[in-house]
Amino acid sequence: MPDHPMLEYGFMRHAFAAAGIVAVLGGLVGYFLVLRGQTFAGHALGHVGFTGATGAVLIGASPFSGLVVLSVLAGVGMGFLGERIAERDVAIGIVLALALGFGLLFLNFYTAFASEAVALLFGNVLAVDARTAFVLLALGLASLAGLAMISRPLLFASLQPEVAEAKGVSLRLYSVLFLGIVGLATAGCAEIVGVLLVFALMVGPAATAQRLTHHLGWGILLAPGLALAEAWLGITMAFYTNWPSSFWITSLSAVAYLVAVVLSGRRSAAPARSR
Amino acid sequence: MNAVEFSDVTLAVGGRTVLVGASFAVREREFVGVLGPNGSGKTTILRAVLGLLMPWRGSIRVLGRPPSRGDPTIGYLPQVRSNRAGMQLSGWDFVAAVHRGHRLGLPFLDAVGRREIARALDRVGAADLARRPLAETSGGERQRLLLAQALVGRPRLLLLDEPLISLDPHHQAAVVALARSVQEELGITVLFSAHEINPLLGAIDRVLYLGQRQAALGTVEEVITGPVLSRLYGMAIDVVHLHGRIFVMSEGQDMERDAHRHYEAHHAGPSHA
Ligand SMILES: Nc1ncnc2c1ncn2[C@@H]1O[C@H](COP(=O)(O)OP(=O)(O)O)[C@@H](O)[C@H]1O
Ligand SMILES: [Mg+2]
Repeated sequence: MPDHPMLEYGFMRHAFAAAGIVAVLGGLVGYFLVLRGQTFAGHALGHVGFTGATGAVLIGASPFSGLVVLSVLAGVGMGFLGERIAERDVAIGIVLALALGFGLLFLNFYTAFASEAVALLFGNVLAVDARTAFVLLALGLASLAGLAMISRPLLFASLQPEVAEAKGVSLRLYSVLFLGIVGLATAGCAEIVGVLLVFALMVGPAATAQRLTHHLGWGILLAPGLALAEAWLGITMAFYTNWPSSFWITSLSAVAYLVAVVLSGRRSAAPARSR
Repeated sequence: MNAVEFSDVTLAVGGRTVLVGASFAVREREFVGVLGPNGSGKTTILRAVLGLLMPWRGSIRVLGRPPSRGDPTIGYLPQVRSNRAGMQLSGWDFVAAVHRGHRLGLPFLDAVGRREIARALDRVGAADLARRPLAETSGGERQRLLLAQALVGRPRLLLLDEPLISLDPHHQAAVVALARSVQEELGITVLFSAHEINPLLGAIDRVLYLGQRQAALGTVEEVITGPVLSRLYGMAIDVVHLHGRIFVMSEGQDMERDAHRHYEAHHAGPSHA
């Protein structure tokens, strides 16, 4: 692999590094999102992040900083609102549409930014420069460390909230911390596949993993593994075909999920189920 | 020492008083049925014992100490919710999540932890069951797994909140028998809440009956009587014994059964916590 012609290009090395760390983080975060039934958060934070990115350009900051700040803030806010928000899907939908609307308005004030806006919406991992790759690596490693630290109480709070509460686990604290990390992961994924396709990198591999195994330990390995494979394979195919990498990553994500649905459907239909 | 002691306790949730000036004491190694119609405060009392709800007045002692959140001597099986997360995971993972679940770090158990989970599962005969995802277990099997969860950490007091809801009579009897055998084997105290007295007859030592913000603790013969229940329901109640079963009747209606039916209808929706 080190001698591979693909890796002679600096932009390819940056793409592989950035996509690698983001995919591992996204896959893990996604696993907990699927477990908690909060997959909409991945979608929602991406939309809000778009507004942050375009808004940042308007005030002269970098789009990525706006993307990170607003998705993390939105995640933390969602964590504070907690359960109440889960039952308000209409309200959420309206707020998200509003967020995208504002993003579009900001874009309107700053038309020179239009081509970058497409990259923001659909991603362009091959355009990631060395500095961005380094920032993503640092953010990704910090988020992974944070997630590793809270993963045990987070799992407890996700699976058995009442018991966890009785055992002294603050449900709100872990909800806020987790959704803050989801915000970071969303911003990272948006940099790779764009705000509209975050679902493919974050939730797709995690949902696939949960279809394939009932065991937490395997799932926690499989979800980031699949995300990484889909991201790297997607970039490789983009290199050889000249088609957009986001197209390949979303396609691989969808195919993997379909295969898992078929496989798990066949397994649960089998009469001699293990007892 | 008493396992649970309420002295002149007043409890309120969301500005409404649920219990006023109640005093009773559950002894150690007792198996007590906590009964009362829907909304009478069964869950609230268990939450107060767990230290999740401070009394407005009076004092509560749990195994000689004031209640404290995170007390490792208490095992808790909460009332079932229909929209449980992570049902695709195996029963083993559900039970294992409880072991030191409040500590920071990765969610993987060491050999000691895995033995502890295996021991809890064996105790309720759910070792095989635990390999299946929770989504593929029946109501009775699920309660068995969740009882194992409550036994992790070797508690001295078990709080079981309505483990019989939505089970048929056969499985209800199995869950009651299992809880009783675990209680005897481990020599621990159990508070077991339920809507209806009949599944618990013969298994419980005493009954704590709730209603009209009052509580009465005593043997079935002492508490399940016309005068006591008339006070707790706030209406004239007749207690009818028939073929070894007990019916709590008011003007020809079976109060416990009707309470249950309303409850089921009320809680059938998927979004109710
Ligand atoms: N979160 C809450 N907010 C407001 N009132 C509540 C809440 N939880 C319970 N209650 C009220 O407290 C009373 C006792 O409820 P609960 O302890 O759940 O009864 P039970 O478990 O016997 O059905 C009920 O009248 C219920 O309406
Ligand atoms: Mg209750």
